Amino acid sequence: MAVYLSLKELWRGRGRFLLISMVIALITLLVLFVAGLAEGLGSGNIEYLSKIDADVIVYQENSQLSIGASRIDRSKLGDLTRLDGVQAVGPLAFSSATIVLPDGQKPLDVSLIGVEPGKPGEVPVREGQSFDSRRANEAVIDRNTALRTNLKVGDTVTLKAVQGTQEEFYPLTVVGISDGQQYSLRPSVFVPDLTWDKVRPRSGPLSNDITYNVVAVKLDDPARTKELVQAIPQNVARVEAADLVTAYKKTPGYTEQQATLETQRIFTLIIGVLVVGGFFQIQMLQKVPQIGMLKAIGARNRTVAGAVILQVTLVTMIGVGIGTALTLLLAANFPVSVPIVFRANSTAIAIVSLLLIGPLGGLVSVRYSLRIEPLKALGLGG
Amino acid sequence: MTNALETKDVTKTYKIDNGVIHAVDGVSLGVKAGEFVALVGPSGSGKTTMLAMLAALLRPTSGGIFIDGHDLTTMDEGARAKFRREKIGFTFQANNLVPYLTAQENVELMLRLNDKLDRKGKDRAKELLDRLGLGERLKNLPSQLSGGQQQRVAIARALIHNPSLVLADEPTASLDTERAFQVVETFANLIHEQNRAGIMVTHDLRLTQYVDRVIQMRDGQVDSIVDNHAEIEERVVKHADDHHLEGLKVLPMIKPQPVMG
Repeated sequence: MAVYLSLKELWRGRGRFLLISMVIALITLLVLFVAGLAEGLGSGNIEYLSKIDADVIVYQENSQLSIGASRIDRSKLGDLTRLDGVQAVGPLAFSSATIVLPDGQKPLDVSLIGVEPGKPGEVPVREGQSFDSRRANEAVIDRNTALRTNLKVGDTVTLKAVQGTQEEFYPLTVVGISDGQQYSLRPSVFVPDLTWDKVRPRSGPLSNDITYNVVAVKLDDPARTKELVQAIPQNVARVEAADLVTAYKKTPGYTEQQATLETQRIFTLIIGVLVVGGFFQIQMLQKVPQIGMLKAIGARNRTVAGAVILQVTLVTMIGVGIGTALTLLLAANFPVSVPIVFRANSTAIAIVSLLLIGPLGGLVSVRYSLRIEPLKALGLGG
Repeated sequence: MTNALETKDVTKTYKIDNGVIHAVDGVSLGVKAGEFVALVGPSGSGKTTMLAMLAALLRPTSGGIFIDGHDLTTMDEGARAKFRREKIGFTFQANNLVPYLTAQENVELMLRLNDKLDRKGKDRAKELLDRLGLGERLKNLPSQLSGGQQQRVAIARALIHNPSLVLADEPTASLDTERAFQVVETFANLIHEQNRAGIMVTHDLRLTQYVDRVIQMRDGQVDSIVDNHAEIEERVVKHADDHHLEGLKVLPMIKPQPVMG
């Protein structure tokens, strides 16, 4: 009975209900985009760190877990390797560079990451191979760099770096392409550590000793991460350590950015609940005499309330469906440079929470419908 | 013949700040199957409150109401709703029909509520609407029907499920005179034909020409009963227009309606 009434009303008032479905569709679009943006920007910031094959990141003492502020020299690598439970250590050096592209294409700013071949921090290549040696004039570019520059394995990539007051150009051979490994909201180019030291931007002449930013430490047993995070600063002078998750959450701006986007998402959902709730409540107020009549002729309370619940749920589902389709359609046509990423997990959470806004907003009108007295049909009663 | 409807000393009182209002005060009456009764009286005389209690929508403060021998006053809310959809047919002043259902669907709704809608029921709904001159309007929504047509759909709905008691609250309030007469005449004919007990609350005394008995209420009590056609014609209908109804003591009077709740 409830199904019959709600479907009839939906169908005969389809224009009106479609309108509210469209509002829900737009809210869905907004929420999914914010979720996609959170995912995209987040991953643009920390993708490399979150995928790295290591358990602990070691920083310079008092660097407050800031990669940019941390400096570590090679002497620490031996100390770290000797610690019980450490399987391998890999120094990481970060800076930025610009890829110069032919034919008047706009140069592309990238994160230039120096890693030691065969050590933690080196990225797995999907196409081609990794570096030959620490000095090789070779580069592994990530998928984003490849997409935006059309560089292929075997091509030469020209990096521009300002050294002293000179613009220097370094041609490197692309030997491999990895999956997405963005860092600091830029696509990444990986080079062997000694090559990195040579081609990176710097203010003075090349020094004798290479200085890294941090060290990636892979443990024998990842379950001992917590223990080692504490043991490392006690056994190695002037360093501090953090597990991987703490490390990428400490990436400048990451937590703040995610919190901002999360707030936006929650507010959009709250607005959704209020809009849907308002619509159905106004509709309910208009239907008071009609519902009074239905109850007077003997309709059960659960029939009336069931019809409202079903209606709200269907309208929401249709809206979320349209919104999701719209989002996917739009997202498919975005250029790669737009940092929107839809991952099954976060998208599913967003869709489920969107599906809840209808029934949640409709609760007030369901409650109201239960309280309408059949006496209303006779123009009596409160 | 036993009464389809019987009330025994029904009273409804409302507490107000400084005392008690007797909206209905000790009313006992009986209506047989096949009998159409008009409940008349000035505003505040208690006729609508009486109707609400007969309809199992309002509980009396004291007294008993029996429909087909079932005492309404002892039923809980669920049982009363069930009783309404099975045993009672309704037409109201306004908002009679579900706006998103067609004429036929509105009539069938009563059978649907009782889980008794089958092919036969659908045919009966069509026949009844046809009988009421709405054969061409089966698929129309209420918004596409005139006030009189809507009222006739409501009459069909009130009768489709073979109720014991049919109640009509000011069924002609929104109609012009000619249509009002037509509607009530058809209603009366169907009630007689189908052998239902019918009660109509109205303030339009001219409509009483179609009923078998007129019960006049005043100050919550039965003031007088006129129960033969000649007398109704002579004492009620004739004087309806000039409000000069000495015999029935129907005086236009203004009295505040008690606050319900």
